[in-house]
Amino acid sequence: MGDKILTTEHLYAYYDQHCVLKDINMSIPKFKVTAIMGPSGCGKTTLLRCFNRLHELSPGGRIKGKIRLRNTDLLSLNPIQVRRRIGMVFQRPNPFPTMSIYENVIAGYRLNGIKLSQNKADEIVEQALKKTALWDEVKDVLYRRGTFLSGGQQQRLCIARALAMNPEVLLLDEPTSALDPKSTAHIEELIVELKDTVSIVIVTHNIGQAGRVADYTAFLYLGELVEFGPTERLFTAPKDKRTEEYLTGKFG
Amino acid sequence: MMENYRKRELINTLMKGLVFFFTTLSLVPLLFILFYLIKQGIGAINWEFLTHLPKPVGESGGGVFNAIVGTIILIILSTLMAVPLGIGAGIYLAEVKTGKLVYLLRLGTDILQGTPSIVLGVIAYLWVVKPMKSFSALAGSVALAIMMLPVIICSTEETLKLIPYSLKEAALALGAPYYRTILKVILPAGFSGILTGILLGIARIAGETAPLLFTAFGSPYLNLNPLKPINALPLVVFNYASSPYPDWWRQAWGASFVLTVMVLVFNLAAKIGARKWEIKF
Repeated sequence: MGDKILTTEHLYAYYDQHCVLKDINMSIPKFKVTAIMGPSGCGKTTLLRCFNRLHELSPGGRIKGKIRLRNTDLLSLNPIQVRRRIGMVFQRPNPFPTMSIYENVIAGYRLNGIKLSQNKADEIVEQALKKTALWDEVKDVLYRRGTFLSGGQQQRLCIARALAMNPEVLLLDEPTSALDPKSTAHIEELIVELKDTVSIVIVTHNIGQAGRVADYTAFLYLGELVEFGPTERLFTAPKDKRTEEYLTGKFG
Repeated sequence: MMENYRKRELINTLMKGLVFFFTTLSLVPLLFILFYLIKQGIGAINWEFLTHLPKPVGESGGGVFNAIVGTIILIILSTLMAVPLGIGAGIYLAEVKTGKLVYLLRLGTDILQGTPSIVLGVIAYLWVVKPMKSFSALAGSVALAIMMLPVIICSTEETLKLIPYSLKEAALALGAPYYRTILKVILPAGFSGILTGILLGIARIAGETAPLLFTAFGSPYLNLNPLKPINALPLVVFNYASSPYPDWWRQAWGASFVLTVMVLVFNLAAKIGARKWEIKF
């Protein structure tokens, strides 16, 4: 499986007393796309939000167990440090409405109080927008509000905003569920291109999407990790009956 | 069947007529006040009225320049006091949502909203005038600031509650510390709503007389020192209108007119500001 970027050991997640993730043990490989799929309410988004410690901010959110980022214990780090190293893109595009496109991309630095020279900032913005194939579309309107863009463009702007911080891992929480098919295809292409520079974890309830973009796929059901392996193997020869039933549309 | 239908239509028309009638009826006093104010007030308004100090009884002419300046100073001082406090408390309510302190703050805000303004004047008298042994613009501003506070707290809370949580998550997911998320993402996104609240708060206090009676007190002179008694437009109206001199009655109408225009301007500014800086999510 090669190098691992994120490893969980006996990970449990709770909302107050309600356990939503049970004993998750998995290793997420470096520079690959890993999909987490499963029916609604199975805990896939919660798992993603454990990785960047956003889960703890939900009311009653608690984590038990171990998560390792490379070799450091992620839960012993300051959440702010974790979130700078692990970027996230959400279900609905959420560019900062008061900021221009340029300011949105550089927002990670500004919000962290990191001073950049004008040249350096320009460079970061250009690179991030080029990585997300947005540069040519927006280079003449960098100072317009990010919210003027179309939904698909906004989502790519949000990916650029996360990438600008040079994260080691990029978490995508159903990034295309609010988008039309064309924008979805565009984002999927982008995800495959990006894996050379950043390890990607994508949550999806779309089996097709997992098949198209992911090297590895995890199937989560009722808070348990049912099966995890190379996408092709998992799709063609699932070991668990529940995985097979989910893939064939028997539930979910 | 047909008969029934006709009856229903008749009742419908009757109800529509009734609603229209009461709407018009409630507009009558409003229009009447405006008409009377303009009719009586506009005659008193001239350059001298706006730019000169009051003259002693018996001498004709003179103006309310000191009261206009005084009202502006009172507004500025009370806004400076109420805005940071109100926005801070509003953020606390919107962010923390539950708990003892939140419950107390909500209760306090509600009570403050309903407290008669003269009571706030008495409070400011006890807190500021008595210890400092002098009526002052500062004391008046304290009373007005307390009046403004609930308006600003409520509007800040309501505005911030409408900001989608996803925006806050976006900032936090970038590793932004909590305080910067509030200052750089949440507050700017709520700017128009908070500004509207401030302007409505100002509009509310600009015409208040009762809290000023024994705090700012009034003064025949032009005063820029916040530690001295100061004149204000509502005080001019109160003092002049209750005097026995027809010349002063006319001036009271003029001052009422100026005051009404000021309040109107703040209300309009609040509406325009809300539209202009509205943020779409």
